[in-house]
Amino acid sequence: MRTAPFEYHRAQDLDDALEWLAGDGDRDVKILAGGHSLLPLMKLKLATPTVLLDVQDVPELRGILLESGWVRIGALTRYVDLTRDATVGDSLPLLSQVAATVADIQVRNRGTIGGSLCHADPAADIPAAVLALDARLVLVGPRGERRVNLDEFTVAPFLTVLEPTEILTAIEFPIPLQSQQSTYLKRPHPASGYPVVGVAITGDASPHEPLSNVRVAVTGIGPKAYRAEKTEGTLKGQVPTPELFRAAADVAITEANMSDEPDLSYREQLTRVYVERALYQFYGGVA
Amino acid sequence: MEHHRMEVTMTVNGRSVSRDIEPRVLLVHFLRDELQLTGTHVGCDTSQCGSCTVLIDGEAVKSCTVLAVQCMGQSVTTIEGLEQGSLHPMQEAFREKHGLQCGFCTPGVMMTAIQLLKQHPNPTESEIREGLDGVLCRCTGYETIVRSIQHAAGLMADQEPQPEEEVG
Repeated sequence: MRTAPFEYHRAQDLDDALEWLAGDGDRDVKILAGGHSLLPLMKLKLATPTVLLDVQDVPELRGILLESGWVRIGALTRYVDLTRDATVGDSLPLLSQVAATVADIQVRNRGTIGGSLCHADPAADIPAAVLALDARLVLVGPRGERRVNLDEFTVAPFLTVLEPTEILTAIEFPIPLQSQQSTYLKRPHPASGYPVVGVAITGDASPHEPLSNVRVAVTGIGPKAYRAEKTEGTLKGQVPTPELFRAAADVAITEANMSDEPDLSYREQLTRVYVERALYQFYGGVA
Repeated sequence: MEHHRMEVTMTVNGRSVSRDIEPRVLLVHFLRDELQLTGTHVGCDTSQCGSCTVLIDGEAVKSCTVLAVQCMGQSVTTIEGLEQGSLHPMQEAFREKHGLQCGFCTPGVMMTAIQLLKQHPNPTESEIREGLDGVLCRCTGYETIVRSIQHAAGLMADQEPQPEEEVG
């Protein structure tokens, strides 16, 4: 399959890229990172940009930096880097765990964290980690820099608030407390590997003590990944028991936006089962 | 719109190559149609099957989902680049352990396995199976592929002290 014709430009740095994006308004300029979401769409002619702006050489989009209280991850960071980087492994083990479940090694060698978030596929893995770790996205445009959380960033399937003249440069994760535990559990689609449902949980937990700072993020269900805040409310301050997990899972399906799902009862059942199993896995991982 | 063209230079199997192409040419078509390196196969063309896997700067990548222009200045290795006078241990092992039947997926499987052994020189069976997640084989049921890769790991370990020595 061939894409429609386009003009290719490789940006040298962030200023060069922003200049191309500002353009003359006539041309549809699309940013190319790893290309593992964009190129398949272009081959199907579902995307037909007139200019592809390759940002692989832009230094401002690279690197994993430990700053005071934050881990700053460049938007061009590939899944494979997330699975191998020592800073991510030590500070954000959930992000490593989630990245390791994305597709296969060939895809993880190319796909990027920024590309995944900008593509805004409702069945992607990375959004679950970004929500459960309370990260923020750094968007840079002609009028400067702004920071948004993922819920603000993602509007609908394949639609974000990123302006045509802006670039997502980095994702900033607050460094969790040492006591934070986390887990991710997904039901991969047997053909595509995408999560039919994926559940990420973070929180400060000990086996026989009430749970605090709990965050539950669900992906694959509904138009975009979401924080299951009522589920979190059910868990907060409670001592873990099987009855609590079942109650939390029952709450989780009430806050999923599943009205448009064609296979509603299957999705509800899967969400219930995976939230409950993820809670068992979460507590199993608590020392 | 006029069809934009550009000069693309990259290293393929150790040799520098340049071609004047449209930017929409995929790496797999660059290899097959421009360079006549037809060992890299197009299977699904939707980044699922892995038959088109090549190494870019040593890493396994599905060449149907990469533009040739993205590889400017980079080094690509295809199945044709493995043989250096004699069969590569991976090829030797696939022959010895019957790691292929129809052979369509084999180039992609071997290139994927080469990166796998770079990361895990002595892999467990589950590491091999996990590493093969991105390739589809409709003949073997993977059993003989797993055996071939285990055998290749042994051959490559034996070869390690004297990398110049011929194998087989």
